[in-house]
Amino acid sequence: MKFGVLRFPGSCDDIDALDAARRVGDAELLWHGERDLRGSDAIVVPGGFSYGDYLRAGAIARFAPAMESVIAHARGGGLVLGICNGFQVLCEARLLPGALLPNANRHFTFRQLALDVVQPHTAFTSACEAGMSIPAKHAWGRYYADEPTLQRMEAGGQVVLRYGAGENFNGSVRDIAGVSNEAGNVFGLMPHPEHAIDELTGGSSDGLAIFESMRLAVEGARA
Amino acid sequence: MLIRPKAGILDPQGVAVERALPALGFAGVANVHVGRLIELDVDDPAELQSMCERLLANPLVEDYEIELRRQAGA
Repeated sequence: MKFGVLRFPGSCDDIDALDAARRVGDAELLWHGERDLRGSDAIVVPGGFSYGDYLRAGAIARFAPAMESVIAHARGGGLVLGICNGFQVLCEARLLPGALLPNANRHFTFRQLALDVVQPHTAFTSACEAGMSIPAKHAWGRYYADEPTLQRMEAGGQVVLRYGAGENFNGSVRDIAGVSNEAGNVFGLMPHPEHAIDELTGGSSDGLAIFESMRLAVEGARA
Repeated sequence: MLIRPKAGILDPQGVAVERALPALGFAGVANVHVGRLIELDVDDPAELQSMCERLLANPLVEDYEIELRRQAGA
């Protein structure tokens, strides 16, 4: 099982994502300017500030050559995980519904969060407990989708993670912290599972379960 | 191109400005919204709408207006 972790100019969580992926499988960095995904079974679009986040977070990164291959990989059913800026990129690429907007509290905010795993049987959450403690750090994380889209998403089980009671500091609609596409093979979240893989530095190791879930999904599909 | 947050979607920048103005003594200010202005020279103005839809605005959360000005001598 091999993870490919994209690196854009301005990515800053790519190394943590690489480390997290290597706890459960093989992993390699993929440069944004190249189309070859080097045989990756699953792609991680990491956090940071791709292309300076000019215009809107993720707006320019979605047109990177590597993203063309990631979009094709996703359309073919391959797993794609977007974390923070990666989530923004996947929304801009229309691989995920909705958009991310500036935090309602108008601040860059960094805090450890309690999250509820709403959908425990997805390719990204099958190894997760019902609740997770992982950090978030962003200024542009208010999830928004219009009402008809939200109703479709809820009915289709696409709302995968919600902020726990009192944790929705960014003002996301319906406390949504993580969403998947209709097919369930693309998932994005604002909090950072790759920063919570070790009790010593991450406040918990709960984030590892997301990478482990992906491994189980890829190896289960292969078996 | 003038790009602004869609009506009904919280605009934290607008809220911050709306609170700052009364602090300077400007009374009676409401409905402040902060958007973006993008100026460019273009050979084919017919392409502007597609530029807005694909990159310059996010139509899910932003509205845009296109204003054309012919350059002197052009």
